[in-house]
Amino acid sequence: MKIDSITNGVVIDHILAGKGMELYHFLHLDSMDCSIALIKNAPSQKMGKKDIIKVDTALDLDLDILGYVDPGVTVNIIRDGVLIEKFHPQLPEKLTNIIQCKNPRCITSVEQEIPHIFKLTDREHGTYRCIYCESKAKE
Amino acid sequence: MRSLIDIVDLSVEEITELIDTANDIIANPEKYCEKCRHKKLATLFFEPSTRTRLSFEAAMLELGGNVIGFSAANNSSAAKGESVSDTVRTVGCYADIIAMRHPKEGAPMIASMRSPVPIINAGDGGHNHPTQTLADLLTIQREKGRFDHLTVGLCGDLKFGRTVHSLIHALSRYEGVHFVMISPEELRVPEYMIQEMQKNGISYEETRSLEEVMPQLDILYMTRVQRERFFNEADYIRLKDSYILTLDKLETAKKDLCVMHPLPRVNEISVAVDDDPRACYFKQVSNGKYIRMALILKLLEVE
Repeated sequence: MKIDSITNGVVIDHILAGKGMELYHFLHLDSMDCSIALIKNAPSQKMGKKDIIKVDTALDLDLDILGYVDPGVTVNIIRDGVLIEKFHPQLPEKLTNIIQCKNPRCITSVEQEIPHIFKLTDREHGTYRCIYCESKAKE
Repeated sequence: MRSLIDIVDLSVEEITELIDTANDIIANPEKYCEKCRHKKLATLFFEPSTRTRLSFEAAMLELGGNVIGFSAANNSSAAKGESVSDTVRTVGCYADIIAMRHPKEGAPMIASMRSPVPIINAGDGGHNHPTQTLADLLTIQREKGRFDHLTVGLCGDLKFGRTVHSLIHALSRYEGVHFVMISPEELRVPEYMIQEMQKNGISYEETRSLEEVMPQLDILYMTRVQRERFFNEADYIRLKDSYILTLDKLETAKKDLCVMHPLPRVNEISVAVDDDPRACYFKQVSNGKYIRMALILKLLEVE
């Protein structure tokens, strides 16, 4: 399959096969009007299969979301057809309104306007806990 | 402006300072009887708890202050759907300090983010109850004279028992404390706390039998198997009588064991134990008032 290379934009590579669509939604790419390619199950030497997202415009990525949804991805920033930056996002210290607390005893279950905030409490295991009730975020 | 939401919000030094103040209040109550003159404490109890509320109110009255508040959510604007944030913003215009109990976990934290006056968490669901822990710590200090190198037995509902969780957090900061966690399988300390203890190198053991570990304990902290923490009535009935302390079981205990309980008890400590000199749970109640007095003084920054 042939998809043109981009001049100004972002390539999110090495997405775990099957996670591409989830990232697409988390990053709200559906609301953008530029060219976007979501490639599923592309062959990969390292991973066997992988997903790739190409966005043909310079955009501010929410790295917190990227790091949380799939910390294994590689982000490539392209300007004027040249790769100017390449990095792996880290697990963010804090997630705000990305995931919801599922504890029925948590105050966020009854008061809708409260932001759902999770803190990274164990980087090794990628454990996040609600800052209000300290419940573990469900996978 | 400081609030108290979780016991670990207080440093070891601050806890020592609060205990020193409480001991001074016990020794010299007359020195403190006008300290909070013209100050008001609001007790916002969205969930009923007569004992904790009265303890806070007695504490403020003994400091010469006044109290306002409500004792159940249906007596407050929460029944009309008002948010916790709006309630504390409003009450903060009337009172100098707020003690709040709420059935939802994290409600006092939200309150502290929005309130113009200090918030004291008087219990949020099965989560935290820091002033109970302060009362426990004052009791341990007065009975044992120290916090380090103690073998602390925790018995009963260790899963939902918030007082147990807070006490573990508080005592984990002292050297040489060994926890003996005595509970049925279904009510074990939550896995995340076990992991935390392992990570921090805290010494602990888990057992199903109270009798087996009794001789080694310096402190035995009994808890109630609480009906309101269960989703299922059948589970509650099956487990509620699991661990009952009787005089017989105390026979193998140390002579200076300190038996504690956050109260109210149902039947987990036999009434006959009340007359044993090792029973400290009514002293805990009294200590609770004094440590709350010390806390109110600290948060109001009264010299």
